[in-house]
Amino acid sequence: MQLSLGPVLYNWAPERWRDFYFRIADEAPVDVVSVGEIVCSKRSPFFADHIPAVVERLQSAGKEVLLGSLILVSLRRERRQTEELASAEGALVEVNDLTCLRTLAGRAHAIGPFVNIYNEASAAFHDAHGARRICLPPELPLASIAAIAKAVPDVVTEVFAFGRVPLAISARCYHARLHKLAKDNCRFVCEKDPDGLLLNTLEQQDFLTVNGVQTLSHSCANLLGEAGLLRESNVRSLRLSPQDCDMVEIARIFRDVLDGREDFDGGNRRLAAAYPGVPFSNGFLWAEPGHLYRQARSGDAQGSAA
Amino acid sequence: MNDPSAASPGQLPTIPPLVAIAMRPLPLLPLQFALGGVLQRIHRRNPAMFDRLGDHARARFGIKPIDLPFAFVVEARPPRLSVVRELPKDLDARISASLANLLALLEGRVDGDALMFSRELVVEGDVEAVLALRNAIDDAQLDLATEVSSLFGPLGAPARRALEAARGRMIGSSGQGESSR
Amino acid sequence: MMELICPAGTPAALKSAIDAGADAIYCGFADETNARNFPGLNFSRDEMRKSIALAHGRGARVLVAINTFPRASAVDIWHRAVDDAVSAGADALILADIGLMDYTARRHPNQRLHVSVQAAAANPDAIAFYAENFGARRVVLPRVLSVPEIAEITRESACETEVFVFGGLCVMAEGRCSLSSYATGKSPNMQGVCSPPSHVTYEQTADGTKSSLGGFTINRFAMSEPAGYPTLCKGRFSTAQGAGYIFEDPVSLDATTLLRGLRDAGVTALKIEGRQRGRAYVESVVRHFRHALAALESGSEADIASLKPFTEGQASTLGAYRKNWR
Repeated sequence: MQLSLGPVLYNWAPERWRDFYFRIADEAPVDVVSVGEIVCSKRSPFFADHIPAVVERLQSAGKEVLLGSLILVSLRRERRQTEELASAEGALVEVNDLTCLRTLAGRAHAIGPFVNIYNEASAAFHDAHGARRICLPPELPLASIAAIAKAVPDVVTEVFAFGRVPLAISARCYHARLHKLAKDNCRFVCEKDPDGLLLNTLEQQDFLTVNGVQTLSHSCANLLGEAGLLRESNVRSLRLSPQDCDMVEIARIFRDVLDGREDFDGGNRRLAAAYPGVPFSNGFLWAEPGHLYRQARSGDAQGSAA
Repeated sequence: MNDPSAASPGQLPTIPPLVAIAMRPLPLLPLQFALGGVLQRIHRRNPAMFDRLGDHARARFGIKPIDLPFAFVVEARPPRLSVVRELPKDLDARISASLANLLALLEGRVDGDALMFSRELVVEGDVEAVLALRNAIDDAQLDLATEVSSLFGPLGAPARRALEAARGRMIGSSGQGESSR
Repeated sequence: MMELICPAGTPAALKSAIDAGADAIYCGFADETNARNFPGLNFSRDEMRKSIALAHGRGARVLVAINTFPRASAVDIWHRAVDDAVSAGADALILADIGLMDYTARRHPNQRLHVSVQAAAANPDAIAFYAENFGARRVVLPRVLSVPEIAEITRESACETEVFVFGGLCVMAEGRCSLSSYATGKSPNMQGVCSPPSHVTYEQTADGTKSSLGGFTINRFAMSEPAGYPTLCKGRFSTAQGAGYIFEDPVSLDATTLLRGLRDAGVTALKIEGRQRGRAYVESVVRHFRHALAALESGSEADIASLKPFTEGQASTLGAYRKNWR
């Protein structure tokens, strides 16, 4: 089972962003790293200068690098940016919107969790058109994941296994709206919330996380307990989505449990300590409300094979 | 875009409180008997409507005209209607609105969502059952004047004309689009 | 003249739409294959056949929406929906899933295919992808675009475009939103429901009405305050930056004043949202736009009723068509 690190979804300061990836390259036991600004095209210029150095460092460390495409492409500038990305050489593009597929024209690529693949027929279509890896949408239940993974054995099927869950994307920026700013003149206020902005219900129940044009869950997906089940379902990669916490430690915990060096309970305790104060969730996997967390049965984490 | 001159929907008349008070001592059984007959007739003539209700056909709905001193408990399968002074507690859902709005809803002359938006319709309990009921009724294209006048036997035709006139006074000849002009 | 595409949740609503002047009606089967899978709504196979025949007899077309994403291991259900819609005489199928488009294009190569708004094809490249791979003839544009952006799409694209002019308004990009399933386990993409009524509760309190979805409070309305649907994106929430309608107020789209701009932008068809609404809504809203289109054609001022009563929160917006938030 591979571990992959998804792109940073929040607006981190560029140097911090660069140093984060340098440390991932040097220390994190992940096999694949997806980089690039995929949430907001206005943020992209800040990271552009650092991308070559980050890619080089990651590749030198033996990681496979994916270049993530923008989730929502509507402006002319965004189309151009996406087209340039899709014609890039030297790294696979991770497609987050079908806009890329035309430029890719059948060349090998990866597909991110923002493309709607809900069944084996769609997965087969993408397989036939050059998809080598598919990270499935986070709301898919285990039964669907298993059916899809079985149908496309040549594709590396990946599941969103750790991090706040991306739930929606909009043309409108909610950080700007909250700060009473227009999107074109947003002053990048989202940078004040490197782990997103907590949104409560009127009864003060923690609920969602606002990240500019994106809305995520407040809870943190945690499929550590289901890693064994996923492996038995032909899932070949688990995605860890960067949060404002020690992601090297998160990757080590997953690796330790996957390799049987740590049991699930110990791993879960370490996860809770590494990302404190945020509840876990795995409801989507069980076809339940996504915010729920069902404790794994013993054995689910390592599977019968481990 | 917010045209302040536009009237909100369902601004249909309510029963004046004094009339409602005057109705309070009326015996409920004859009313229950008559309306139960109407429901049986609707049931016979609109089997598809009850199919649309699906699993919700067994739900017990409480219907409270807010301007009347009594309420109705309605079940679809088997069709049953009782008239009560107070709605019982063990209902699946409760629907309250003015009598005119309730009648207009029954005939599909007003849009239920619009009445919810303007707060003239209040729903409690099993929202899904209420929605199923609303959709089933909307498709049935009920004509209450016809349904009720059938109770009058040979006097059906004059009764129907009287009912249509009463309906015209109460809920107008058409729905929200016209009343919002 | 731009076509007027109208919603129908029941055969009776379909008749109302034709009476009121619809050029085409869109509707779906009574199951999880369409994105308005609400109780008591939609068409049986028999009702679909009869309704299509009725519409054709009166010169109207019927577009069948099969626009959820088929469940893995149960794709047959969606294939049957496609086959049955084709044999019932549907004038077009409105599809969102790539696998289902692939099936339809192979199995029924002569069937006209429209790209659902749920596919969120928001630019000419994405639209071209659907046209080139599946022969899609029309795309229903997501509600994230301004009128000039739409004009750019119609200039660059061989596909016809259809845009929403009235009704419920997704604030998030359509077909890419899991807010509902996060709270309830049921999503527009999979079960065809957003904020399913089975998970909605209304509680009457001394101060008014509290609406919740899956146990999360969505809003509290004072006694006489206009209300909206209990959808997450139009709820009232609080953050460290302030409280209120964080995503969007309860409002509905009303683009009546933009019809000229949409025509000049090259739009083929105008769509009214609301398959979950009653006959009274269909009748009034369709008639309103039929009058507005006639007025646009003759160059006269439209004397038409306000649609405010039908809007969420008794308020309307031009949505993304005029991006005053940008």
